[in-house]
Amino acid sequence: MKKVNWLVVLTGALIGLAALVLTAQGNPANMGFCIACFLRDIAGAVGMHSAAKVQYVRPEIIGLVLGAFVMSVATKEFRAKAGSSPATRFVLGAFVMIGALAFLGCPLRMVIRLGGGDANALVGLAGFIIGIVIGVQFLKRGFSLKRAYEVGSAEGGVLPAVVTGLLILVLAVPALFKASTEGPGSMHAPMLLALVIAAVVGALAQKARMCMVGGIRDAVLFKDFKLLYGFVAIFLVVLAGNLITGSFRFGFTLQPIAHSSHLWNLLGMVLVGWGSVLLGGCPLRQLILAGEGNGDSAVTVFGMVVGAALAHNFGLAGNPDTLNEAKELVVGGISTAGKIAVILGFAVLAFISAVNLPKEEKAAVGAKAA
Amino acid sequence: MIDARGYSCPTPVVMVQKAVKAGNPDTLEVLVDNQCSVENVTRFARSGGYQVAVAAEGRDFRLKLQK
Repeated sequence: MKKVNWLVVLTGALIGLAALVLTAQGNPANMGFCIACFLRDIAGAVGMHSAAKVQYVRPEIIGLVLGAFVMSVATKEFRAKAGSSPATRFVLGAFVMIGALAFLGCPLRMVIRLGGGDANALVGLAGFIIGIVIGVQFLKRGFSLKRAYEVGSAEGGVLPAVVTGLLILVLAVPALFKASTEGPGSMHAPMLLALVIAAVVGALAQKARMCMVGGIRDAVLFKDFKLLYGFVAIFLVVLAGNLITGSFRFGFTLQPIAHSSHLWNLLGMVLVGWGSVLLGGCPLRQLILAGEGNGDSAVTVFGMVVGAALAHNFGLAGNPDTLNEAKELVVGGISTAGKIAVILGFAVLAFISAVNLPKEEKAAVGAKAA
Repeated sequence: MIDARGYSCPTPVVMVQKAVKAGNPDTLEVLVDNQCSVENVTRFARSGGYQVAVAAEGRDFRLKLQK
C-alpha cells in the first residue's frame, strides 16, 4: 500500500464540499463546479456567443485563478513561464472545450455528476479513461509540446490580471455584461460567497497539484496514485452529501443538465481526456497553472473560451434531455454539426499528437501508415 | 544528466522513466525548474528504489538519484 497524500485527499474533500455548498446556494444541480460550463458562461456574458441561457460572469473562475495566484506567490512558487507551443495549446484548449460541451461538463463536473447518481457520467468516465490511455501512448513515445522559457513576471500575471479586471468591471458596471434570466446561467450562488469559496479551492488545488486527468494518467503511466485519491475524495464527499440531502438520483434519463446520448457522451469525453493529456492537465489544472505564472496555460484558457463561443455559435454543444408537452422523454444530445466537430477534434488531436513526437518516432509512425 | 527545465509534468518524469528503463543506472542527475516536478520525480524515483537528494540551484532544482 502506497502512502496516501493527505493534502490531496483533503483538497478533494474540500472541493466536493464546496461543490455541494455552491449548489445549495444557487448553482445548477450537479454543477457546484464546472470549469467548461463556467468559462462558457463567461464567454456568453461578454457577448462572444448569444446562447441566452448560458451567460453569467462566474466568480468561481475568478476565485480559482486568484487563489492559485496568491498561494503560489506566498509559497514562492509563482514563476512566469511561456513558450511551449502556445498556438497549439490554444487549438487544443478549444477542442477540449468542444468535447466537454458535447458531454456537458469538464472532468470535474463529470465526477460531481457521478456523485449525484448521473449514470451518463459513468459513460463519460469510460470515454475519459479511453482518451487518457490514447494520450499516454503518445507521451510514452516522447510526445512533447517542447519546453517553456522564463519570461517577465508581467507575462505570468496575465490571467490573474485579466480575471481581476473582469471582477472590477462586473462589480463596478454590471450592466456591461449579459446575464441569463432563465436556464443554467441564471442559477448561481451569491457572487461573494462563490468568489471566496473558489479562492480557497484554488489555493489548495495549487498546493495539492489537483488534476482530474493527472490522477488517471499517472496511474496508467507510472502506477502513481497520488492524484487519483483527490478524484475519489471529491466523488465520495459529493455522493455522501447528495445521499444525506436526498438529492441523489441514479439513472440515465432526465439528469440535471445532462443528456443520455451515450455514444456522444463517451466520444466527447474521449476528446477531453486525450486533449488534456496532451496539454498536461485538465481544465481546472490549466486555470491553476495560469494562476501560478504559466503563460501557456493562460493561452489554453483563452482557447477554451473561444472553443465555448464556437460551440454555441455553431450549435455544437449538447442539449439536455427534456420532456415534451405529452410528458414523453426527448433524449438530448448533440447536433450533426456537433458530431462533425467532435470527429474533427479527433483528427486534429491525432495530427498534433503525431507531429510533436520525436523524429525517430515520427518516422516509425510514418512507416506504419505507409 | 537529464535537463528537464522548462518542461512541465508529466514530461520530466517520463524522461526519467525512459532513462531508468534504458540503462537502469545506479546514479542519475535531473535538473528541473519547478516544485511540482521535484515532488513528482522524487516520488517516481523512490518507488523505483532510488534515494533522492534535492539541492536548489538559483531558481532551479538538481535532483541526485542514487540506488
